[in-house]
Amino acid sequence: MESLKQKLRAFNTDTRLQNEKRRMIRWFASFLMSLFRLTLIVGISYVILGPLLGIAVSSFFSNEDRYSPVVYMIAQNPTLDRYRLTITEMNYFSVMWNMLVYICSLTVIQIAVCSMVGYGFARFQFPLKKLLFACVIIVIVIPSHTIMLPLYMTFRHFDPFWLFSLFGAEPMNLLTTLTPMYMMTLLGAGLRSGLYIYIFTQFFRGLPKEIEEAAFVDGAGTMYTYVRVMIPNAMPSILTVTIFSLVWQYNDLFYANLFNLSNDWILSKRLNSLQSSLAGIHRITDPAISALYVYAGIILMILPMILIYVFLQRKFIEGVERSGIVG
Amino acid sequence: MTVAKKRGKGMTLSRRRAITGLLFVSPFIFGFLVFYARSLYETILFAVSETSIEGLGYTRSFTGLDNFVKAFTEHPRFNQFLVDSIISMVVDIPLIIFFSLFIAIMLNQKFKGRTVARAIFFMPVLLNAPAIFGALEMVRAMMLGGTSPAPAAMLESAGSGGGVSIGYYVGLMRDLGLPNAALDYILGAVARINYVITMSGVQIIIFLAALQSISPSLYEVAKIEGATPYETFWKVTFPMVSPLLVTNMVYTVLDSFVNSRVLQEAYDTMFRELNYSLGAVFSLVSMVCVCGILGISGWLISKFVYYHN
Repeated sequence: MESLKQKLRAFNTDTRLQNEKRRMIRWFASFLMSLFRLTLIVGISYVILGPLLGIAVSSFFSNEDRYSPVVYMIAQNPTLDRYRLTITEMNYFSVMWNMLVYICSLTVIQIAVCSMVGYGFARFQFPLKKLLFACVIIVIVIPSHTIMLPLYMTFRHFDPFWLFSLFGAEPMNLLTTLTPMYMMTLLGAGLRSGLYIYIFTQFFRGLPKEIEEAAFVDGAGTMYTYVRVMIPNAMPSILTVTIFSLVWQYNDLFYANLFNLSNDWILSKRLNSLQSSLAGIHRITDPAISALYVYAGIILMILPMILIYVFLQRKFIEGVERSGIVG
Repeated sequence: MTVAKKRGKGMTLSRRRAITGLLFVSPFIFGFLVFYARSLYETILFAVSETSIEGLGYTRSFTGLDNFVKAFTEHPRFNQFLVDSIISMVVDIPLIIFFSLFIAIMLNQKFKGRTVARAIFFMPVLLNAPAIFGALEMVRAMMLGGTSPAPAAMLESAGSGGGVSIGYYVGLMRDLGLPNAALDYILGAVARINYVITMSGVQIIIFLAALQSISPSLYEVAKIEGATPYETFWKVTFPMVSPLLVTNMVYTVLDSFVNSRVLQEAYDTMFRELNYSLGAVFSLVSMVCVCGILGISGWLISKFVYYHN
């Protein structure tokens, strides 16, 4: 007993051994921490990617695979038939091209308009500025569902300032065309424009004023300063807004349904009607089989976004960090 | 430049700057007035009047608050949907915000493969397409032989146990003396984990950005002063990201509101049943509720917010 106590005292006073012990404990703690982190990340990644993987894998199943009890995840007779039929049925390439043109042009307009408005809010003093910025917050907060009916009516009987009726013409029906979307985006009232204006305002506020002053002293006008000095400096937030705008516009079904946009432009609508057209035209009524075609359609639908995201991913996450979302 | 000078003659610099500023902001002012202010006014008009459709047009006759009374007392589903949506929002806000803060702190640490992890955690934003959900829902419904998605949801929730006997844990926690309300919340949170993960992509990114912008010297000071990691979190990390709590709260509420059943009901009432007035009432009432939730939770959160400058 005495000797044990002595040994313990010796151990406690030996600094080298003490340091060793501390190092061991620290190492073990950090090991536990990484293990915990790894488990969590792998688990959550599985929750996110699992369904996607399941969909991707089963879109290659042939009919036998679908009903074979031994097939799990990996198809025995993989087939591309699902994709072949889905591509022709959705008219994939032409609709995809149309849609990319549509959402890219909207994104460009979105960035041009929102950055301009954001710059105006960030750098100029004018009467009612506080009230107008409150309006930006209102636009963010009010869901577009609240105003959908008047919007629908506005574009169903489009009559800017009663000019058409004044000259005796009938109001125009702009539904099923892309004009409403372009018009709203151009006036800073498009899909989540309020949020983008907010992001740009916060970002421009964070830029040092000296850059602009230098440009002014060198004799640049306001517009010139904005285009040649401010915009290049705003690249991080432009990248952020680009990704958000592309993704949300691509996934948006609300405005597409509200304005009854033609399914020559909107791939999501094709996806929604895929199953019924398979059943109606190709007589594929077995739900288990037609599900495989829908899976192929889903993969085809998210493929472009994934590609864009993979290309822009690294820059995007760096961009968000400096983009002024953080006030 | 010379042109600008000529045009601006007789004006002070600040006056000229004000006009340029207004010009920059003008698209938004115009869009706000034409699309938002006017539409909101029209929605209110629809809500307080009876609309009858004649041919391509419609006529409105003022009826006061009749439609509101009708929505709350006569409509079979509205009350239930409204309460459901509000409850799920109130449950979701703390879950999603704490989950995303936690994940953001984890992803902010230095470890191998964190770019990949970040890319994966943002993926749900890409996949959150209503069209994809719709298609999957339809597939599931068809497989089960019915057209209603309800059995599918039931089947899923029944299967989610996955061989783990949940009853045992529930009993255990009840024996520990947890109040039933807390127990319900925990069980609900566990059942919603999939939903929470898919809904918190943007929030994680926003918190990550905030964490990255904290100056390392603050952590250095905390370390030198002998703060434990726990104290460092509450004295440095949390106050520095707290302004973003409000941003994330607003984003979370709106995101879950847009997907809520009450708005779906409003949409269906307007465009399927063509009952414009009732639909307008639905969307107005739910908007007021959402603004109320935003106001209350904003007020609550603002007690914890620390503004750096």
